[in-house]
Amino acid sequence: MTRLRRLTRLAAVSASALALGLTAAAAADPIKIGSVLAVTGPASFLGDPEEKTLQMYVDQINEAGGVDGRQIELIVYDSGGDPNKARTFATRLIEDDEVSAIIGDSTTGATMAMVPLAQDYEVPMISLAGAVVIIDPVKEYVFKTPHTDRMACEKIFQDMKANGYTKIGMISGTGGFGKSMREQCLDVVGTYDIEVVADETYGPSDADMTPQLTKIKNTDGVQAVINPGFGQGPAIVTRNYRQLGIDVPLYQSHGVASKSFIELAGDAANGVRLPAAALLVADKLPDDDPQKEVVVNYKTTYEEATGEPVSTFGGHAYDALMMLVAAIEKAGSDDPAAIRDALEQTSGFIGTAGEVNMSADDHLGLDVSAFEMLEIQDGDWVIIGEN
Amino acid sequence: MAEFLQFAFSGLTVGAVYALVALGFTLIYNASDVVNFAQGEFVMIGGMATVFIAAVGVPLPVAALSAIVVAMIVGLLLHRLAIEPARGADAVTLIIITIGASIFLRSAASFIFDKQFHTLPPFTGDTPILFGGAAILPQSLWVLAGGFVIVILLWAFMSRTILGKAILATAANRLAARLVGINTSYVVGLSFALSAAIGAIAGILVTPITLTRYDVGTLLALKGFAAAMFGGMGSPIGAIVGGLIIGLLEAFGAGYISSEYKDAIAFIVILGVLFFMPTGLFGRKSVERV
Amino acid sequence: MSRLAAHPLFVPLLIAAIVLACGFGLGSNFYLRVATLVWISALAAIGLNLLMGFAGQVSLGHAGFFGIGAYTTAVAPNVLSISPLLALVLGLVLSAAIAFLVGRPILKLKGHYLAVATLGFGILVSMVLTNESGLTGGPDGMTVARPELFGLRIRGVDHWYWISGAVLVLGAWLAGNLVRSPTGRALRALHDSEVAARVVGVDVARYKVVAFVVSAVYTALAGGMLALFNGFITPDVAGFLHSIEFVVMVVLGGLGSIFGSVVGAAILIALPQALSAFQEYEHLALGFVLMAFMIFLRKGIVPSLVALVWRGSK
Repeated sequence: MTRLRRLTRLAAVSASALALGLTAAAAADPIKIGSVLAVTGPASFLGDPEEKTLQMYVDQINEAGGVDGRQIELIVYDSGGDPNKARTFATRLIEDDEVSAIIGDSTTGATMAMVPLAQDYEVPMISLAGAVVIIDPVKEYVFKTPHTDRMACEKIFQDMKANGYTKIGMISGTGGFGKSMREQCLDVVGTYDIEVVADETYGPSDADMTPQLTKIKNTDGVQAVINPGFGQGPAIVTRNYRQLGIDVPLYQSHGVASKSFIELAGDAANGVRLPAAALLVADKLPDDDPQKEVVVNYKTTYEEATGEPVSTFGGHAYDALMMLVAAIEKAGSDDPAAIRDALEQTSGFIGTAGEVNMSADDHLGLDVSAFEMLEIQDGDWVIIGEN
Repeated sequence: MAEFLQFAFSGLTVGAVYALVALGFTLIYNASDVVNFAQGEFVMIGGMATVFIAAVGVPLPVAALSAIVVAMIVGLLLHRLAIEPARGADAVTLIIITIGASIFLRSAASFIFDKQFHTLPPFTGDTPILFGGAAILPQSLWVLAGGFVIVILLWAFMSRTILGKAILATAANRLAARLVGINTSYVVGLSFALSAAIGAIAGILVTPITLTRYDVGTLLALKGFAAAMFGGMGSPIGAIVGGLIIGLLEAFGAGYISSEYKDAIAFIVILGVLFFMPTGLFGRKSVERV
Repeated sequence: MSRLAAHPLFVPLLIAAIVLACGFGLGSNFYLRVATLVWISALAAIGLNLLMGFAGQVSLGHAGFFGIGAYTTAVAPNVLSISPLLALVLGLVLSAAIAFLVGRPILKLKGHYLAVATLGFGILVSMVLTNESGLTGGPDGMTVARPELFGLRIRGVDHWYWISGAVLVLGAWLAGNLVRSPTGRALRALHDSEVAARVVGVDVARYKVVAFVVSAVYTALAGGMLALFNGFITPDVAGFLHSIEFVVMVVLGGLGSIFGSVVGAAILIALPQALSAFQEYEHLALGFVLMAFMIFLRKGIVPSLVALVWRGSK
């Protein structure tokens, strides 16, 4: 049965290749790009801007004439962040909608549930989720655009080391993001001669973290505190931190890199440091910064179209779409395998996350330098740069 | 000692919200035997509606009052459109109806408002008050005081007004209440509106501390439900005590034992208590009618 | 017609016919996958229905057993180096043991107190699965080894469709037999009136525990199959929302109706797919459908339809 199906598909593929070669009639067919995102549910603050970004830019590309003269047909399904649903929708995209490539999912769990499909069906997939496990070890058909949590840890520890901190406290969320980043941080912290002397956690929807922070406050010798997590948790941690009058520096992760964090945390946000993509500080970048044009354009387009402040999450979707379009143009076809090969050769691509140089053993293509170290001062981001 | 006080205040603040949600559960349950899983949505509506009404330029106190009215209307509609037509259904069916309502309201809120987190300014600033070495936010005191006032007002309403007495009578024996001329459907509707108002007030009081979003109601409904059961279903005092104890258990659990398992500690204690007191702390021993 | 419908083999054969028809009728792997998910969820729903519909005991934490089944299947091959299929069996034994241990104290509680206790149980299980990330991979989940049977690697929808379909038919048949057995009669007596059952000499506590254990095993089996089918599992499967989904499947299809549980599962699994064009409004529609069904078809879809047909034929 399977063999029969494979044969028919092979026949169909060769027939369409033939048609393409002979008449070029297929050129009028749209290129199908599928996407599974957490548009609703607890991770909707990721999926929502990602979906808006994709729709916005696909429309823009189509109005400008499409890719290689072909329109893009974007099919988005909402996984709600549920891995089981994500997998079902990914199956639907591949089997039913017959897309050439997939963008998604927004969360690590849902991405990992889709990975075996991309591999088995040989359809390239670009994840918008953070954890390093997605691309390490390298999977032939799986790529991702956001910086890894491991890189965020490294960036933070570099800054801590430069400031001479050796003993730190950690408070992390128990959601997927916080938990994964906590483990990555614990894994690399030793190489920076830093010791984690207090290690606390909080639930994804907890409303008060003063007990955990009190414990950290009462631990001897803590010189700085790091808070891996996203959502409302870090904002509450930041407020509780000031409430308790803890006076050592607080480091947040790239997970809070949006203006709404500053709004939610209020005055308490001042003094918080975090690693983030250049997108957040688009207008503050020096004019000769290679990313300047890209991030300023994206920021203005997004903010004008949606009326919401830009976040790095939507930027991940922008990077994925643009890299994919470039790969399709380069491959000159919408054949999944050809797109995959072209994606892997991406080099010198300037996105919102930084400069991307992929290779056969690096399906992310970013390095720690893609992060800027920021500090919140007077309710705004300030680049504090290398020190 | 400072540490203990800090934990205690953290627990009381969070617990006060659980207590108010549990009180809402109790009110509706007493009047109609319905366990309303959409109770958490009233808390969400309180916070979100205030944020969005204030955003169009309405002064904050007016926005808060309007939000309470909005929640009460939603409560009345919920009763009129979903609970009343299903009168006589068994407990599980009614629970599923309210779960359906909670999913519906949550989703509607994500359209009417948005999917972002929001906050409100604290009523009286955010300079912590130092008390015995513990740092307490003024807003925490607002939450505690607000909860206290609600309980007193509710008690006065129930025992001093005809309407309140009608609710109590309906709770005690619906048939008998109807026989003495009480419009029980009206009374049940009133209890929905009242508990919606209590939920909304809790939402407004606590949003400056805990932030709010369209989906914060789910967890509050769970914790509030657990608190109401823990205290003994149908007992207002049980609801308050149950909510405060769960809040305190979480705070002390996180502070002294393990922050990873603090929710587990709360549920283990609840299970333990239920095993020994199968009707909760303040539950009535009821005689089953055969 | 009604006599035919009352035959013990009617429901299992009906389900078998549907499984066969879908198996050959649904062309794409996507539809087969959705159908496989329906069979798996239906098995769990039948298990819960034995507890809720026949023994009259509510559980808001059954996803806990689903999670235990799924995670034993996933974790045991890594820790004990046993085959995934043996791990699945181990998961069933473990669920049965846990259900037996917690069953007695929990089932002493009544009504809403029972609801909150089972709720607590489910939350405890999902919390352990989330927090013990050394074993379970934490909230981001873990990969599940693919099983082999007689040297054949079981993978993909082609295999799992038929396996889950066969297990569902078998499960429905066994459940039907259980309901008709003396134990089943005792259980139904329990549902009608616990006091009356006790008066006529039914060992109430024992039968409740039996129902609890059996339903836990059904649900754990469904969990184990999902883990093997997906090859990847996250703690969401043990979460509160998943427990609620099972309850909704049971009540939507009809309490006490085995075929109803299949219908309930089919609706809940297929609805998000059918509504994907309005994905933004999916939850709005879900909430509305739940309320509408419960208000207008209070007994559940299958019993209501059966009653309608009955009235029509008279």
